[in-house]
Amino acid sequence: MTDPPALVPLDYSRDTLAELLGPDWNDSLVRAFRWMTLARVLDGRMLALQRQGRIGFYGPATGQEAVSVGAALSIGPDDWVFPGLREQLVALARGHSLTTYMHHLFADDLDPARGRQMPCHPSAREVRYVSMSSVIGTQVSQAVGLAYALRYRKDPSVALAFFGDGASSANDFHAGANFAAVWNAPIVLCCTNNQWAISVPVERQTATATLAEKGVAYGLPGERVDGTDIVAVTNRLRAAVARARSGGGPSLLEFVVFRMTPHSSSDDPTRYQSADWMARARARDPYLRLEGLLRTLGLADDASISTWREESDASVRAAIAVAEAAPGPAPESLSTDVFAPNDGRPAPS
Amino acid sequence: MTELTIVQAINRGLAEAMRADPDVLVLGEDVGVNGGVFRATEGLHKEFGADRVIDTPLSETGIIGAAIGMALYGLKPIAEIQFVDFIYPAFDQIVSELAKFRYRSGGQYPCHVVIRSPYGGGIKGGLYHSQSPEAYFAHTAGLKVVIPSTPSDAKGLLTTAIHDPDPVLFLEPKRIYRAVSGEVPDGEHRVPFGEARIAREGSDVTLLAYGAMIPTCTQAAETLAASGVQAEVVDLRTLVPLDEAAILASVEKTGRVVIVHEAPRFCGYGAELAALLAEKAFFSLKAPVQRVTGYDTPFPYALENLYLPSAERIVHAARAAVAAG
Repeated sequence: MTDPPALVPLDYSRDTLAELLGPDWNDSLVRAFRWMTLARVLDGRMLALQRQGRIGFYGPATGQEAVSVGAALSIGPDDWVFPGLREQLVALARGHSLTTYMHHLFADDLDPARGRQMPCHPSAREVRYVSMSSVIGTQVSQAVGLAYALRYRKDPSVALAFFGDGASSANDFHAGANFAAVWNAPIVLCCTNNQWAISVPVERQTATATLAEKGVAYGLPGERVDGTDIVAVTNRLRAAVARARSGGGPSLLEFVVFRMTPHSSSDDPTRYQSADWMARARARDPYLRLEGLLRTLGLADDASISTWREESDASVRAAIAVAEAAPGPAPESLSTDVFAPNDGRPAPS
Repeated sequence: MTELTIVQAINRGLAEAMRADPDVLVLGEDVGVNGGVFRATEGLHKEFGADRVIDTPLSETGIIGAAIGMALYGLKPIAEIQFVDFIYPAFDQIVSELAKFRYRSGGQYPCHVVIRSPYGGGIKGGLYHSQSPEAYFAHTAGLKVVIPSTPSDAKGLLTTAIHDPDPVLFLEPKRIYRAVSGEVPDGEHRVPFGEARIAREGSDVTLLAYGAMIPTCTQAAETLAASGVQAEVVDLRTLVPLDEAAILASVEKTGRVVIVHEAPRFCGYGAELAALLAEKAFFSLKAPVQRVTGYDTPFPYALENLYLPSAERIVHAARAAVAAG
């Protein structure tokens, strides 16, 4: 029996980080780590609550946090995000209230969507985080349409569309990538390749060596990025966002990550995933890789990491307490918001 | 007032809406330089430019997905599906996304989208240029389904659709695009949703129909009148929302109903109308409800005149209803 592979360290010098992330690189990395800490705590608590029957469903993002945090660090407040199942951290890191998100996870009356969707499908217009369905890939062509609208209205914002490796087989990935390139739309197509579409491995999803190369067929640049490396994610995404914002056109980024948890609270990956695969995944844990880098650079130590973890734990527990005490959706909400007028809430801006 | 055909009235409605509001734009296959295969968007590309009258790649799911994204931002896109027979690649975007965005986001993300599409048979279009899929969409909560039958209604209902903050599927009776011409009000003209039109008054039997079946029903009513049966033709105009009151008022008067549509009979929109009558007009009915519809087959090319409801079939059904009670 061989030892499991050791954690692959993030090996960046201060000079390189300043070059890749700009002068406030140290602040960015600490902020990223704190958000990733919150995400880890949240995943652990919410999976436990689901097992206890206190929420109905949960889709963890463990292993994919660097992509979401890197995205939040790469865009401005007016940019738009079309998420997949595991991008809620983008909304939280851009200012969506953890308590509001918790109301969504508990599907209660204070959820902005009144408990209509399964957990992990939030809608957060105040941070330009678009409501998602559970249908795979449909958000890609929608995001392209929004990007077209941005340019039509001379709005300098950009759109980010997130989707997984499975979505690269779906109609709307192909339609969206094609429309994006034909329209030269200000968008970045962000494929988070976690190597699994529930139980189907990526090598049974596509015959191409990478997903990034699919951009070639549509005439847009594709690039493969280590999605467990927060520095690489942020640096490449910022470049793609700048390109889109300046009128240079769309691009496709493939972020290679490891799905370190079940697909969802309803999934048992021991049926299809080997122990060896999971050992390789652990060696690419984005959270531990960033932790190692921060320790090496002297930006974190046992005490600060412990403090941040306790703070995250306290804020998650507080949000749970608030949401769990909230009433369920009012029966009248069953039939509001099918059509306008809605139930008296102000029109979105 | 100007004398226009249905397709001209639609074109007029589009142009006037675009002049009034820069957020209104048009996208679809061949809608730009070519002006649409039926010329519904003729002249728009020249007047409003390629950024507002967009010739898209050939992907219906892309067209509707993109229209949704434009609407999420705040534009008012009008997407054309060239023939409604080609709408199915976009069914997912329409049913799973467009119809549900407002609901699933608690009102944060309404979808101000109009989908225009020619529907129906009678142009020798075979299986894939003739279908009437309105029931699929009427079944989906969150969508409005509109079908005009006159030039005036075509412009008036389209203008209402363009101002509606929710998704509207606007099905155009292509068989009578140019067959019917009539007076259309100049300037802004809105026909409200959920108000049926009495196309012809009568006291003996109610013909419930919409779109291209209205002229066929009117023709049947003339034949019936020659033999002393006065048929009332009710043009539903909007399938969602449905004007139940107008239907019930007519049936209370006549006591007999023939429902007419081109779509197949089984689970067609007429089944919903028949259920409505059973629930709310049971004691007004003097005779069983009759349905004259397309058959439960795919739409045929060579035998389309056999397939489509004819005035003769409607007359036969109406006489049966009158004879029954």
